[in-house]
Amino acid sequence: MSILDLSALQLAKKLQAKEISVPEATGVMLKALKNAAPLNVAVNLCEEQALARAQAVQKRLDAGEISSPLAGVPMAIKDNICTKGIPTTCGSKMLENFRPPYEATVADKLTQADTILCAKLNMDEFAMGSTTETSYFGQVKNPWDTSRVPGGSSGGSAAAVAAGAAWFTLGSDTGGSIRQPASFCGVTGIKPTYGRVSRYGLVAYGSSLDQIGPLARTAEDAAAVLDIISGYDPADSTSLNQPAGGFLAGLKDSVKGLKVGIPREYFGEGLEEDVKAAVLGAAKKLESMGAIVEEFSLPMTQYAIPTYYIIASAEASSNLSRYDGIKYGYRPDQSEDLLDLYLKARSQGFGTEVKRRIMLGAFVLSSGYYDAYYKKALQAKALIKKAFDQSFEKYDVILSPAAPTAALKLGESLDDPLKMYLGDIYTVSVNLAGLPALVAPCGFTAGGLPIGMQLIGRPLEEGVLLSAAHAFQQATDYHTKKPGEVAK
Amino acid sequence: MEITDELIMYVAALARLELSSEEEKRAKKDLGDIISYINMLNELDTSGIEPLSHTFDIKNVFREDAVKPSADRDSLLANAPAKHEGCYKVPKTVE
Repeated sequence: MSILDLSALQLAKKLQAKEISVPEATGVMLKALKNAAPLNVAVNLCEEQALARAQAVQKRLDAGEISSPLAGVPMAIKDNICTKGIPTTCGSKMLENFRPPYEATVADKLTQADTILCAKLNMDEFAMGSTTETSYFGQVKNPWDTSRVPGGSSGGSAAAVAAGAAWFTLGSDTGGSIRQPASFCGVTGIKPTYGRVSRYGLVAYGSSLDQIGPLARTAEDAAAVLDIISGYDPADSTSLNQPAGGFLAGLKDSVKGLKVGIPREYFGEGLEEDVKAAVLGAAKKLESMGAIVEEFSLPMTQYAIPTYYIIASAEASSNLSRYDGIKYGYRPDQSEDLLDLYLKARSQGFGTEVKRRIMLGAFVLSSGYYDAYYKKALQAKALIKKAFDQSFEKYDVILSPAAPTAALKLGESLDDPLKMYLGDIYTVSVNLAGLPALVAPCGFTAGGLPIGMQLIGRPLEEGVLLSAAHAFQQATDYHTKKPGEVAK
Repeated sequence: MEITDELIMYVAALARLELSSEEEKRAKKDLGDIISYINMLNELDTSGIEPLSHTFDIKNVFREDAVKPSADRDSLLANAPAKHEGCYKVPKTVE
């Protein structure tokens, strides 16, 4: 058995017990990432820095100076999270050689907790996509079936864990970008409550929607990572005044009395039979474990996608206007004047999907259309939040699929962007309402592809979600399966 | 609503993007499909609903007006594609 088969917490225990050294574990992960090169999960490996850090952390361990639950564990983070001096590309030609002059708060917190950064992970360009096919650095492949997508935009983060090349990773989620890849890759991921984790150093896509979160093989590991990365940050004015941590310590392993609501609007047309069966099967399992499971009506479901794409594109068009070829990023060799410089830098530096969303955003914010689109979407957002608030008066947790299908084939999604957007139906409303949501494996298709269930919670109730998933994972073994192990 | 060539050129200009004629054709189709779809929000009755920007009741997050060190200029200029004497170098903008 390889140490890569351990959970992150199990590895940390072995490191504490000196059964294995930090440099050894780091070497194992770097080697696994190199072996996973055909999957293209990493944009850059941080080999030298990782091995140097590993030596330093080992010294501290030997001196008995550290004991945090994940000390010494190597990890990797999505390439839209700024790491000082280390290329942070956002999967884009625009930032191919960008080395941030500062460190994202979450990256710093992971360093303070003595984990070891090994790689920056591949992603859809500027986090815009659901398949990780739009990266300037090439598509990522799903370890379960390399003819299929890992999901997106945190495809590298999910695939690295699923491929057994990382104990845990960080991704980001604006409309489902942690949760949907977690579902497609059979791993556990959580998008925290908006404001729970600092966005300082996360390259902005949709600032009112973005959140960073962990991906791992167990809810327990995800809780341990969330302990490290959460907490109030004065550098992020949307950061909630909540202390870090408490999630691992607060994990319960029972769902007795947990009130689970299943929105009937989520189980209609368009949902693949295998996925429906797996998620409803998980509901039955939770019921047998003592949860009270009930179907209910969640209004506003059909308005989630238009609302999301209006708001996200509008914010993206504003956030990406900083890329002008002047301060950093791609700059064309020749240009006639300032305007020409802007046009060439942006048209040559950005890919098609990014340009599409910037234009959509410019449109919905433009004079004459602002009220009909952007303002209208913000009103719809208020109604969506209200619908969830009302649901949480009756239920502790809302259970749903994470996506209407399992992983799609490579090359089939980008030609019909609207169809691709419709796949986000279960995830986007969660970002609009600022709620926490977790995805964990709950079954497989007949063809052996992973299926995830989504648990949505009240604001700040990540603990409820993590406990429910942890209890589910004590009673089932979907999360333990690896690519190649599931009979078709 | 009809997505005209003029509209595509207009939003491209707002976004400081120049599109090839192939890209313009694609954009017209894709944005046309997307905008037709998002028009479904028109059927939603939102009269009297306050537009919601931020989901939690946080306002006016200020800090003390105290001088703190900022970033080091050289490290900020390190990523600049063109620089000169501690400044970003840009095309002439004023005659």
